[in-house]
Amino acid sequence: MITIESLTKRYGTFSAVDNVSFSAQPGRVTGFLGPNGAGKTTTMRVMVGLTEATSGHVHVLGRPFGALPNPGREVGVLLDASAQHAGRTGREILTIAARTMGLPKQRVEQMLDRVSLTEEESGRRVRNYSLGMRQRLGIATALLGDPEVLILDEPANGLDPAGIRWMRDLLRDFADQGGTVLLSSHLLHEIEVIADDIIVIGNGRIVAGGTKQELLASTGTLARAAEPVVLSRALEAAGIVTTVADGAVFADADLATVGRTAFAAGIPLTELRTADGAGLEEMFLELTAESQRDSLTVLEGAVA
Amino acid sequence: MTTATMTPAALDGSAPVSPRRERAVPDPIPFTRILGVELRKMFDTRAGFWLMASIVIASVIATALTIILGNRDDLTFDTFAASVGSPMSIVLPMIGVLAVTSEWSQRTALTTFTLVPSRGRVIGAKLVNVLVIGAVSMLLALGVGAVGNLLTSAITGSDPVWDIPAWTFAQIVLANELGMLLGFALGLLFRNSPAAIVGYFVVNLVLPGLSGALASSQEWWMDNAGWFDLNQTRFLLFDSSLTNQEWVQLGLTSMLWIVLPLAVGLRLVMCSEVK
Repeated sequence: MITIESLTKRYGTFSAVDNVSFSAQPGRVTGFLGPNGAGKTTTMRVMVGLTEATSGHVHVLGRPFGALPNPGREVGVLLDASAQHAGRTGREILTIAARTMGLPKQRVEQMLDRVSLTEEESGRRVRNYSLGMRQRLGIATALLGDPEVLILDEPANGLDPAGIRWMRDLLRDFADQGGTVLLSSHLLHEIEVIADDIIVIGNGRIVAGGTKQELLASTGTLARAAEPVVLSRALEAAGIVTTVADGAVFADADLATVGRTAFAAGIPLTELRTADGAGLEEMFLELTAESQRDSLTVLEGAVA
Repeated sequence: MTTATMTPAALDGSAPVSPRRERAVPDPIPFTRILGVELRKMFDTRAGFWLMASIVIASVIATALTIILGNRDDLTFDTFAASVGSPMSIVLPMIGVLAVTSEWSQRTALTTFTLVPSRGRVIGAKLVNVLVIGAVSMLLALGVGAVGNLLTSAITGSDPVWDIPAWTFAQIVLANELGMLLGFALGLLFRNSPAAIVGYFVVNLVLPGLSGALASSQEWWMDNAGWFDLNQTRFLLFDSSLTNQEWVQLGLTSMLWIVLPLAVGLRLVMCSEVK
């Protein structure tokens, strides 16, 4: 369980994180989605005490991270897989972490096995690791202390498709056993396939949050017919709110209802699909488009 | 809306969240464990290992050179101590610098401070390790020097001369520990290996020259430099017994050059962002 309340981090006049509040629940994978530079990493760094918040606070398992007696045993953290001494072997890095946490030696072997790093690879210096191998080593370090909470910053970076699949299953498993998972990504698809809950952040502020189903649910149906006005009238008659734009009818109802109503009215449809007006993807694209940055306030209004 | 707390509820309200097995709150990490881990980290890379090994290697080379090149009839323990002491006075402060800066240069601080959020404990453990390594290294170096002294007497057939009293030895150790502390403090202050190393050599090699130049033109500085210049009194530790005033000067200059940067550096480490 992670709770973030009114978290703000300012650098001079620039707000990297601006009044962010959300929580990550046990038993669920929470995806932290946002374009590069949106404030995901800063938020996660504050979470684990590497960066001090300007205001607000973060509680992990009911207390500030710094108050955890042996954090590695309760919270697994992977912020930057490349932040390792290039001259240490993978096994040595795990051994140091295991010693710090007070874990038996066998735990290192178990974890190497769990992330599929071979005996030979574990004896190699990290300088010679691919990004994917570093990522696996980082995940091994995070899982080492058998934690209750996982905080992972872009863990899929550098993993091949099979690796991403493997990690997805691993995190699913972890959450299904009652663990809390918070992972960030700048890729909507990645979050879509893995997360139960999604928090979207842009320019340091949260712009959307909820379960995946809620956020991905389309906002309505788009239908086209030879005469849009006739179709619109027929739908309105059935009590469906519609708007006509660009020769298409946007109806506030699901596909089946619109299709059935049109059929009943004897109107042949030329197109029938879910409207992607204010969907997550649209919103996310707007967030990522550099030119849209300054019109964010408009967007937030739309989301609210 | 951005201020609202978002707590996504389970979809059907009855999501079967199997409670994770009851967990006991783990015991706090004891300081001795941090000490052990930090010590291991000083040896477990090639660079770290050879830096440590260089203590022994440098002592052996210095001793061998002294026997080969020195006038064997005049060699005493003091000669050997001086020759093994000079590489120590360079290697040991580097160990002090790198013990701190490698965390930042290699970015391992990210993991270190995530596993032990109390940064003061980590720095404290590093400091203890550095001081212990300093003392042990000096004993080792002196041991190698002693072997050299015995060897020489075996070669010349005369009795070995042991002319270093315990207090001189203690002073030499102190002088080297101060050098290590200075390196450690600069490491904390800069958190960057090249900057801290250059800083150390500026303080140790450039400043004495400047101070000397100033003293030759400024009478006041010549008389009073001891109150400001750490090196002046620290170097005295190597071969003379200090007067009371010199001890006070050593204490004061240590405050200025070691304790002050140590305190400022510690403060910076405690509240700076770990990138």
